[in-house]
Amino acid sequence: MIKTQKLLSTVLALAIAGPAVAAEPATSGGQALIRRVTPSQYTQTIKDIFGEGIKLGGRFEPDLRANGLLAVGTAKVSVTATGFEQYYTMARAIADQVTDKDHRSTLITCKPAQARSPDDACTKQVISQFGRLLFRRPLTSSELDAQVIVARDAATSLKDFYAGLRVGLTNLLISPMFLFRQENVEADPAHPGKYRLDAYAKATRLSYLLWDTAPDDLLLRAAESGELHTDKGLKNQVTRMLGSKRLELGVRAYFTDMLGFDEFKTLTKDTVIYPKYTNVLTSQAQEQTLRTIVDLLVTNRGDYRDIFTTRKTFLTPSLGILYAVPVVVDRPINTPELWVPVEYPEGDPRTGILTHASFVALHSHPGRSSPTLRGKALREVFLCQKVPQPPGNVNFEEVQDANSVHKTVRARVNAHLVNPVCAGCHKITDPIGLALENFDSAGGFRTHENGEKIDTSGELSGVKFVGSGGLGQTIHDSEAVASCFVSRVFSYATGATPVQSQSAFVKYAEQRFTANGYRLPDFLQEIALSDAFFQVDGPRAPAPAAQKIQ
Amino acid sequence: MLIKRTDVASRRTVLRGFMGGAAVTVGLPLLDVFLNSNGNAFASGAALPSCFGTWFQGLGGAPGLWEPKVIGANYEMNQQMRFLAPFKKKINIYSGLKAHGRAPDHTIGQAIAFAGNYEDTIPQTIDTIIGDHIGTKTRFRSIEVACDGSTDSVSRRGPNIVNASEPSPIALYARIFGPEFKDPNAAEFTPDPDVMVRRSALSAVSEQREALLRTLGASDRARLDEYFSSLRETEKQLEIQLEKPAPMAACAVPAKLEKEDTGVIIDQARETQRIFAKLIAHAMACGQTQVFNVNFGGGTSRLRTAESAEVFHIYTHEEATDPKLGYQPTVNWFQEQTLQAVTDFVAALDSIKEGDGTLLDRSLMMYCTDHGYARYHTSDNIPMLTAGGAGGRIKTGYHIHAPGDPMTRVGLTVQQALGVPVDKWGQNDNETSKTFTEILA
Repeated sequence: MIKTQKLLSTVLALAIAGPAVAAEPATSGGQALIRRVTPSQYTQTIKDIFGEGIKLGGRFEPDLRANGLLAVGTAKVSVTATGFEQYYTMARAIADQVTDKDHRSTLITCKPAQARSPDDACTKQVISQFGRLLFRRPLTSSELDAQVIVARDAATSLKDFYAGLRVGLTNLLISPMFLFRQENVEADPAHPGKYRLDAYAKATRLSYLLWDTAPDDLLLRAAESGELHTDKGLKNQVTRMLGSKRLELGVRAYFTDMLGFDEFKTLTKDTVIYPKYTNVLTSQAQEQTLRTIVDLLVTNRGDYRDIFTTRKTFLTPSLGILYAVPVVVDRPINTPELWVPVEYPEGDPRTGILTHASFVALHSHPGRSSPTLRGKALREVFLCQKVPQPPGNVNFEEVQDANSVHKTVRARVNAHLVNPVCAGCHKITDPIGLALENFDSAGGFRTHENGEKIDTSGELSGVKFVGSGGLGQTIHDSEAVASCFVSRVFSYATGATPVQSQSAFVKYAEQRFTANGYRLPDFLQEIALSDAFFQVDGPRAPAPAAQKIQ
Repeated sequence: MLIKRTDVASRRTVLRGFMGGAAVTVGLPLLDVFLNSNGNAFASGAALPSCFGTWFQGLGGAPGLWEPKVIGANYEMNQQMRFLAPFKKKINIYSGLKAHGRAPDHTIGQAIAFAGNYEDTIPQTIDTIIGDHIGTKTRFRSIEVACDGSTDSVSRRGPNIVNASEPSPIALYARIFGPEFKDPNAAEFTPDPDVMVRRSALSAVSEQREALLRTLGASDRARLDEYFSSLRETEKQLEIQLEKPAPMAACAVPAKLEKEDTGVIIDQARETQRIFAKLIAHAMACGQTQVFNVNFGGGTSRLRTAESAEVFHIYTHEEATDPKLGYQPTVNWFQEQTLQAVTDFVAALDSIKEGDGTLLDRSLMMYCTDHGYARYHTSDNIPMLTAGGAGGRIKTGYHIHAPGDPMTRVGLTVQQALGVPVDKWGQNDNETSKTFTEILA
């Protein structure tokens, strides 16, 4: 009892005074990048600038996953001819809508002197207003003048001011300044000989990390005034952004990337075996996980590691059917299903996001579950451990026994584990995944397979456990889970995997994450206010003069 | 308000001049004169342009089922290729070829056959190499399609520059034959003023190129340069729309698609491929493109039947060999479905008559798969096939057997046939300077 009281008083003292905060270590090695905006960033930016009702009407190029994140791939991809065609189609569709009769009165802030003639003053006002938001910085005078001339010529030819404006807006929307986030570097006056991101690049990094969209007017103003280069100004903006409802967008975007939800686009299930698995359910499965994470980490400022153990989630009636949990909610006919908060009882096997269909269904074969795929994904996504690909020349006959009939998946994969050729890799994946066998390929809950009770015992790096609950707790307690998360969020924020010279910061950030109770908003604040987040080694090396395109 | 015009570049100034004038001088595009009376060449005597494309499906060969017993012209089509029998005189079969390189996975075959290398990344693929040579004057530089509902593609302009496939036949129809399509056989031609405006406006973006690229390091510069090349493609599309197209006798606009059913069930993929084949064939017959890439169902293919949850890929590794037949029966069934799909594509090109010949005769389709025996990921004896004579530049009707030679020999032969100035191709052990001279016309 005395011990408990002492511990309690220590905890309280820490809570009041706060743990001693070590200073951020000086690091180097950051890069100024050119990153293609992601589909969600493009979509959200258009929505923010032009309103919810604007339809895009096009298709995005596939993203590239590099070192576990699409965000890192954005610094490696370009725009192909087909991709450009699609951006152009979308740009035209957006510009058409913005200038049409339904929207111009609310979106276009000036009126031309004559509707059938150019009006440079009005054009300049509109182009500079939208251009600043799309380019994430004010347009240079030559950029602005070029688009005003384009709009003037078009308005003259087509005898329509708005047709001219439409063409000018289209040009902004297909510009590389909009489609790519280009980080400019300037000499750092506080550290002679060193460089820093310019204020607009800083604003852009902040905005895409925290909100997954382009900087808003206030953030751009903070960049324009130089406020963002001061500690106080930066803190003001970060506090404002973390307090905004938009933080949810940023958190959703991060987890959508980290959890690999882009793979749902090509995921198929055998609908004969799994009639409950539909397109609606596919999107609901992702939404369930994102809602659970946002509720836990943002709304309730919970411990990141609890995403693996939480008994709280949100379900629709359809998901309830999938998980064998009754969810009854009245709704008008022909309206989308409603979401209901659910709290499972202690010991329920459906706890933690690893049991969600967004994980177990995504990492399964079309017609059967896969402990191997699930174990591999778990190690790679949450623990940042690379699982080797199967060797190219593996002789599959070793595990093939046409006459055997395995009643359970466990019996089937055990064939891998007893065979020395296969066991090397399978023993680092399968024993993890086997703990999730209460969930079939589509995420459906089950206790038996082909009449046989499912054994959900598993093992991770020598720690044995039973069932999804045991697995969730083991991951929760694993040291690698927090360090993986810290490193991955930092990669997501900067667009590059940390290099050796940044490792001191990553370690420091991990300590701060731990000290702050693994709370995501605090950790994001730590990153957003750090020097390492904005650190750049120097300007990009200039290249020789460009060749002409024929 | 006064706007300085000094920074507005010349190309756009010229175009603005066009727009300002009441009369529009209409230049002639790719086809600079009318066709001859046979419809198989221009009146000047120049042949209709060659077309080129790739066709890929993984999990390809099975020992003994592909390789004909006789080499040369008098070979007999064996079990798996029997569907192609009607086109025997218009195709070449290649056997014994090898993909050298790293431990083979399901990317090796197409990487070596189409790109000549596969180490950490896959470099530029043959369709873009040939396309840059033959297909720069059509409305679309190339058309990529995937038949399993995905956007997966084998076409690359560079390691991270993948030309994504179109998964939707309806979307492809709209792209090619939608409102912006100009019928080359229409009697009247009026340039669309809106297109003129758009073409002029685009140059205000493309003219930023040099200033922007100057500030970048090499790798970023390459990426932004790719962006500007892509922008240039759209500019060219608009330029072509402003020019009266020369008549193409065989051009016919296919009926508009009202519905589609895409997915990984093999029947869906087969039907999707048939529709794509028809659209691509008509696009080429109408001079809209000269380059195509068909990805039927990918390498680790997710294709399956409606009756079974197991996918093609799983069968290749897990299905037992039938002792009587000597092969995996379900895998063979999928492979035969693939070859029937190849046949559907070849038939679509051959169904378009152009004078005495067909569209297939002036085209060259290059098929490959990933493994000689998918079950063990082998990289020997990988089946390849070409269809069409590339406008008389490739002799057809042969079985060519080149045991142990790199697959790149086919690619080098095809590039030379289509006029690409190249004397060797491929990297490391896949580099070759040996063409199949016996089929070069």
